Amino acid sequence: MNLFEVKNLSATIDSLEVLKSMDLKIGPGEVHAFMGPNGSGKSTFSKVVAGHPDYEVTSGEVLIESGFEMKNILDLEIYERAREGVFLGFQYPVSLPGLSNFDFLHLAFNTQCEHQGAAVLSRDEFETLVLAKMKTLKMDPYFLKRGVNQGFSGGEKKRNEILQMMILSPRLSILDEIDSGLDVDALQVVAAGVNSMRNCQHSVLLITHYQRLLDYIEPDFVHIFKDGKIVKSGDAKLALEVETKGYDWVTR
Amino acid sequence: MSKNTAYKYGFSTEIAVDQVPKGLSEDVIRFISSKKQEPGWLLEFRLNAYEKWLKMAPPKWTDLDIPPIDFQDISYYSAPKSHDESKPKSLDELDPELIKTFERLGIPVSEQKRISGIAMDVVFDSVSVGTINQDLLEEHGVVFCSITEAIKTHPELIKKYLGSVVPAADNYFSALNAAVFTDGSFCYIPKGVKCPIDLSTYFRINAQDTGQFERTLLIADESSFVNYLEGCTAPQRDENQLHAAVVELVALDQAEIKYSTVQNWYSGDPQGRGGIYNFVTKRGICEGEGSKISWTQVESGSAITWKYPSCILKGNNSEGAFYSVALTHDHMQADTGTKMVHLGKNTKSTIISKGISADSSKNSYRGLVEIHPRATNSRNFSQCDSMLVGQKSRASTYPYIKVKNPSSTIEHEASTSKINEDQLFYLQSRGLDNEQAISMIVNGFCKDVFKELPLEFSVEAVKLIEMKLENSIG
Repeated sequence: MNLFEVKNLSATIDSLEVLKSMDLKIGPGEVHAFMGPNGSGKSTFSKVVAGHPDYEVTSGEVLIESGFEMKNILDLEIYERAREGVFLGFQYPVSLPGLSNFDFLHLAFNTQCEHQGAAVLSRDEFETLVLAKMKTLKMDPYFLKRGVNQGFSGGEKKRNEILQMMILSPRLSILDEIDSGLDVDALQVVAAGVNSMRNCQHSVLLITHYQRLLDYIEPDFVHIFKDGKIVKSGDAKLALEVETKGYDWVTR
Repeated sequence: MSKNTAYKYGFSTEIAVDQVPKGLSEDVIRFISSKKQEPGWLLEFRLNAYEKWLKMAPPKWTDLDIPPIDFQDISYYSAPKSHDESKPKSLDELDPELIKTFERLGIPVSEQKRISGIAMDVVFDSVSVGTINQDLLEEHGVVFCSITEAIKTHPELIKKYLGSVVPAADNYFSALNAAVFTDGSFCYIPKGVKCPIDLSTYFRINAQDTGQFERTLLIADESSFVNYLEGCTAPQRDENQLHAAVVELVALDQAEIKYSTVQNWYSGDPQGRGGIYNFVTKRGICEGEGSKISWTQVESGSAITWKYPSCILKGNNSEGAFYSVALTHDHMQADTGTKMVHLGKNTKSTIISKGISADSSKNSYRGLVEIHPRATNSRNFSQCDSMLVGQKSRASTYPYIKVKNPSSTIEHEASTSKINEDQLFYLQSRGLDNEQAISMIVNGFCKDVFKELPLEFSVEAVKLIEMKLENSIG
């Protein structure tokens, strides 16, 4: 059984069609990568899955496995999709001035615990948990006291996204250009964070422009995205091929 | 749920009242004064104020759009029939209808339900109907009662301080208040006493066609401390009602007063009909060396708010602070801020103002920082942030700074932001529902002010703001 399926998904923004009958299947524990030219709809896809209000779905289904059944999440609210285990790592995370990163992470974590019927953690218990995860990501504990993404550098924001992923333990993580704006050291740290969560309970969809990320997080499948849908799929070698031959080669 | 029904304090109480006919004249003022069995000098004080008021005009320097007020169409005194001005009040003899009203407002007045951590004076329309937990205060020598009672029991303090911080003719509404004030709270904290419990006044407007003109006077003697809280509600009515209060604070050497308000007067319906005009003059004087006064306010109600809680920093090394969250929605208008007048040396003031405007409302911060020539090494820090919700709301900031001393330091920061879909989307994509997400954003925005409120108040304030904003963002 697949963990995640997209069937015949079309979506518009301001009546412009941005996703065109796209299909996708992701099995449990698999890592997929979306590559494709700018404006091809990769990021759009991630937002549609998460439920961004700017987009209107005109056809199709987005299904996630829930209790051995495939459940359509398109009728769910944004937060309900998140609670079903869909995580979106943002390319440009917004900042939330005044809201402490710790309070935010703690509330998000406990909300997820409650949803799953698990015991919530006290501040102290949660602090222990979050500090351990931050260590993996080489994040200074000081980042807990700051406002969410407030005054964070590009790289710090990306680490904070991965930290949230690690804390929320989603079942499908869609990471939108998690590599952009990262130096090599930061890229390795972020990749290590993602790799630490590679297991049969958790599937990953990476959206990227660069093969470089895939050197660190090796994908099981690579899809070339163009004009609102997947135009070619293959294994990790496809990314290398695109790297040398360009996107035009795929669609020619 | 519409915002209109969301105002859970909008009910009114059916109770027999003793109310003067509408209209304002010398006779009405004489009536109020005699009703309260006041000494001659106080009647003089009132009549002088009235004479001055007649020659004054309402302030025009705000952004507020205030419809003309017919002062002859207001009744200036309304009290429950059962109320007897000549007797000190005992809440145990309170009209059961009033007890029910206050229980419904969440104010436990009956003996068995009182909370021990707080002493409360309860003002219903024109009169204080009783003061809770007075006994404990008396043990510490703290005087906390209605101002009517204080005029009888502590005439020397009243005579010395009434009108000393806000002179009768300070402004149009303070002059009106001085002429017709009916009740309010009085508090005196003796030398060296740290008030053992928080003091609080709860204001309720109930009667129709009346105004509420209360006057509060709070004196903190040398090295004393008091935490004072104020709350207010009114029924939902189609007509506008006027609330023109005056609050005066006096802090002597090393004394500290913390004054917090959660203002939740009825703000009118979504079309802008009805609601309270909240025209209030609040001012404190840091009279003594090293004294401190802080104003914390959460202004979430009223059709129109005109309010500038201020500090006169007269004593050397004295400190003033103003922490404010002002929320407007629908057709509400607020023009609020503070004045920090630095007279003494090494005086320090802090201003943190957070304005949130939603729907078609207008929200302005207006503040003055004035540093006098003698105020060497004085410092001010101001931060004024506005948050817009929706497309039609307006926010303005008018910071005035007058510095006449070269050794002073002034810092001013200001920002305007929009609560945006992106922030909501981000939080919701982490599994937080709409309510949680709004709460997080607003909390973050207002954090620096909320942390100044006493804990119970802070929790209430957060809930209040969330509830009011939910409809605007939803």
